[in-house]
Amino acid sequence: MTPPVRATLAAGARSTDATPAKGAAAVEATDFCFWYGANQALFDLSLAFDAKAVTAIIGPSGCGKSTFLRCINRMNLLIPGTRAAGELCVEGRPVYDPAIDLVAHRLRVGMVFQRANPFPKSIFANVAYGPTLNALVSKRDMPDVVEQCLRRAALWDEVKDRLDAPATGLSGGQQQRLCIARALANSPSVLLMDEPCSALDPIATQKVEELIFELRQDFTIIIVTHNMQQAARVAQRTAFFEAGRLVEYGETDQIFTAPAKERTEAYITGRFG
Amino acid sequence: MPTTPPPDDVATSDASLALSAWGDRIFKGLLVASALAAPALLVALLWQLLSGAAPAIGAFGFSFITDSIWDPVAEKFGALPLVFGTLLTSFLALLLAVPLSLGVAIYLTEFAPERIRQPIAMVIELLAAIPSVVYGLWGIFVMIPILQSSVYPFLEANFGWLPIFQGPIYGPSVLSASLILTIMVMPFIMSVAREVLLAVPAGQREAATALGATRWEAVTTAIVPYAKSGIVGAIILGLGRALGETMAVTMLIGNRHDIAASLFAPGYSMAAVIANEFAEAGLGTLHASALTYVALILFAVTVLVNAAARLMIWRMNRGAGK
Repeated sequence: MTPPVRATLAAGARSTDATPAKGAAAVEATDFCFWYGANQALFDLSLAFDAKAVTAIIGPSGCGKSTFLRCINRMNLLIPGTRAAGELCVEGRPVYDPAIDLVAHRLRVGMVFQRANPFPKSIFANVAYGPTLNALVSKRDMPDVVEQCLRRAALWDEVKDRLDAPATGLSGGQQQRLCIARALANSPSVLLMDEPCSALDPIATQKVEELIFELRQDFTIIIVTHNMQQAARVAQRTAFFEAGRLVEYGETDQIFTAPAKERTEAYITGRFG
Repeated sequence: MPTTPPPDDVATSDASLALSAWGDRIFKGLLVASALAAPALLVALLWQLLSGAAPAIGAFGFSFITDSIWDPVAEKFGALPLVFGTLLTSFLALLLAVPLSLGVAIYLTEFAPERIRQPIAMVIELLAAIPSVVYGLWGIFVMIPILQSSVYPFLEANFGWLPIFQGPIYGPSVLSASLILTIMVMPFIMSVAREVLLAVPAGQREAATALGATRWEAVTTAIVPYAKSGIVGAIILGLGRALGETMAVTMLIGNRHDIAASLFAPGYSMAAVIANEFAEAGLGTLHASALTYVALILFAVTVLVNAAARLMIWRMNRGAGK
């Protein structure tokens, strides 16, 4: 295992904070509600996500799982007319506090999207984007940081000879792992993943899943997925959402083998969704 | 599938097939003809220009481009001031129009309130539809008096130590022509740049934002670089328009066959000299041939600029792996 990237952070960076201990709640929602204009998308969500663990959010399309994920790093702010109520905290800091430093917040909470979205720049420049922009790493240390991140994203061996090649020339699975490496370069403590494998073939999916399994040792990972086997494979805990509400939340084994709620059972046995 | 379908079915389908094969052939012929028409037209045009300019090419050769004397009476012709005037006005127009247009395009796609984006974009596209003679008229009656009474004296008073802002202030001048060109090319650059920026996938903005970019940083480090080649295309479109613009420039440039250091001095452009003198040059005279030579050079400059721009876009895209 390579040492954590955080160790190489330069002084004067936009933000650095100690991560909470394993087992403590890294992300916690209390009666959290969210609206798109007049439409309420999330209703009174109360759940806590363990630090340094993988939590999956499953549920039928339109159940609000992606919306919730995007509330955690406030990506929904890009859409006009949205509104939030209740409490949502990341490492004890309220996310919807008007005084929040959004840039610092997003450095703590990295995100990987459904479709791999590398910049049309070189592989190196993609990984170096966040640290360069936010002055986290000096130019001299950048090659080391890029290498560490690519190693952690299990991509280094495939690209080490062509770091200057355009990132868009990589395969879909490689692009997605590059996007993970790019997110890691900011040394976040929380990593949000919005259906990271839905556009990948089974082999690429397996690689990304193995990667997620590795990364949980150092990061709090929240993954939204349509694929229930994937949730069962990678997540310690699983939350089931339906129509903007939390139906059931518990250990993954329990959710998939002995769900407490009838709706959860109906969903995981494929009767709807 | 049956191996022997009913016979009359075969007959009808064969007949309609034959008919549609004929239709296909005619349709294909029409398409090939129209596809070939464009290059054929280009070749014919080039041929006409070359044969028309041949006497002047024979008389002056390449020194036509380096000589400055334009004397139809003595039949001495040199086009340097014309080439210079065209390139200078176009360059100045782009210098002013590019930052303004990109600023507006970025504002309209990234920062403006949703409800004003569409109306403003529509008004801008309307600006592109105004005939150039109207711009010229407006330039003479409205813009030049304002420039002459306030803007030019201000420039002279404050920046008069620069050679380009010295000398007597004429209304019609290189600077006036450049300014009207600026106004004329802006709508083109703005509307194309806006389309290009709109076409940037939302994922690029999201990626930058999620990595800790502010709105402004997302624009400068992710969105604009993604749209780079399209933006260059927009600028080239504006440049093409500026190089070939005739009417408004003819009305505002002052039409003096001279190269002056000062932008307040009148100048001339290739398109303007052709528009001004073609009627007085008799058919078959050396004068008419010299004007055709100018047209040939204008044509070559436009083609070269476009080719250079395409090369640039191609190299940029190759570097970005798009």
